[in-house]
Amino acid sequence: MEQLSTLWQPVLSWMNGNDIFTPNTFEMYWSGLVNTVHLVFVSLVIGLIIAVPLAIARGSSNLWIRKPVWFFTYLFRGTPLLIQLYLAYYGFAFIPGIQDTWLWFFLEDPIYPALLAFTLNTAAYTTEIFHGAIQSTPRGEIEAARAYGMNRFTMLRRIVLPSAFRRALPAYGNEVIFMLHASAIAFVVSITDLTGAAYYIYARFYAPFAAFLFVAVLYMALSFSIQGLFKYLEKRLLGHLKPQS
Amino acid sequence: MLDLHGYGPRLLEGSLLTLELALLSLLLAVLLGLLSASAKLSSSRILRGIAHVYTLVIRGVPDLVLMLLLFYGGQIGINMATDWIYSEFDVDIFININAFVAGVVTIGIIFGAYMSETFRGAFLAVDEGLLEAGRAYGMRPWAVFRHIRFPLMMRHALPGLGNNWMVLLKTTALVSIIGLSDMVKVAAEATKATHEPFLFMIPVALGYLLIASVSEWCFMKLRQRFDIGFSSGGSSWNN
Repeated sequence: MEQLSTLWQPVLSWMNGNDIFTPNTFEMYWSGLVNTVHLVFVSLVIGLIIAVPLAIARGSSNLWIRKPVWFFTYLFRGTPLLIQLYLAYYGFAFIPGIQDTWLWFFLEDPIYPALLAFTLNTAAYTTEIFHGAIQSTPRGEIEAARAYGMNRFTMLRRIVLPSAFRRALPAYGNEVIFMLHASAIAFVVSITDLTGAAYYIYARFYAPFAAFLFVAVLYMALSFSIQGLFKYLEKRLLGHLKPQS
Repeated sequence: MLDLHGYGPRLLEGSLLTLELALLSLLLAVLLGLLSASAKLSSSRILRGIAHVYTLVIRGVPDLVLMLLLFYGGQIGINMATDWIYSEFDVDIFININAFVAGVVTIGIIFGAYMSETFRGAFLAVDEGLLEAGRAYGMRPWAVFRHIRFPLMMRHALPGLGNNWMVLLKTTALVSIIGLSDMVKVAAEATKATHEPFLFMIPVALGYLLIASVSEWCFMKLRQRFDIGFSSGGSSWNN
């Protein structure tokens, strides 16, 4: 215990010696980090759940099922996320009389409109990724499934989807990192995410380098951990596709 | 209805600014991409190291954070530099970083990193023998690049270039956050004033889709241009 406090002494005196990296601002950065991770994680999970049926529908032979899904992904991939965020944020808030309904409980907090925009956006990108992976299922696997007498649903569940998920893994890893980076715009609708915390500290102390460089390093650490995680998953799940030496 | 509460002309001006910004950043990004792709393939370890760190950092940091850093930090950094020059050499310089320059530079730097990967692959796809043949004809390095390497590598680079351009176009929306009056900013201001988000946001979204469609057509034409002489282009007998 004695040793620990002597070890901490220089850190504490350094923290007292400057205005910007104090326990107070670290608390801000921490809650910003929690907000960012929360926002990204929830929208990725819900987006993933929406994307799987949409990706199957996207490859349907029925025009009336295929085209609407294509239109959805086209709209959300073709326009900036910032516009989608503004639409979700202002689109509901300015409906007359909405403040008296139960919906206002969700709309009062900017996190719900932001979640809506992020979820739909990532769902659109993920749909296209999975669609591509499903389309590239080797013919032989499908023929084998048919030869076993599987019906369409069983084939989808046992053969097509598991192999498509594995092939989609690298592209999906990129989408996760893209979502983490895109979430930085959440601070324009007054959510104090990591970028919002940095902006606050920049405005308070007029110290752009200390504020923005610090969060840049944090974002970098997050990105590389995600990348590392997906590399590990690829090695575990895609090992059988590697060229054998 | 069509004059959008008087915001119509400003929205149009905003869309021109978006286009201008996107094209200038694309130019910078292509230049930086070509430079750092060459650096990655060079024999100098230092150049390779710099180029790799450049792409690594850009991939890890959100565009918006870089933009804020450059816009707010760049001014302070330049002020410090000019103050130092003033105190040392008694030369008074004043450089003002405006939002437009900060936007072009940031987006150019970010997409330069993505372009460098595209161009690196395309450089490698050009047959070394063709370059050797050019040198054997006594061409200078620049002539080899301009007449042999560039036309051949563009064929491989165009798909990646097209993708990067589409992402770049949407990234320009971020400049509205640092105060530039592009179409997103005008629409956001109009929304706050009139409380009619759909009236302004949907035309802007359509504007982005329109630019995307037009550029898709341009890339198709470019692809046809660079595919001349290869069997995949048009109606050749073995298709």
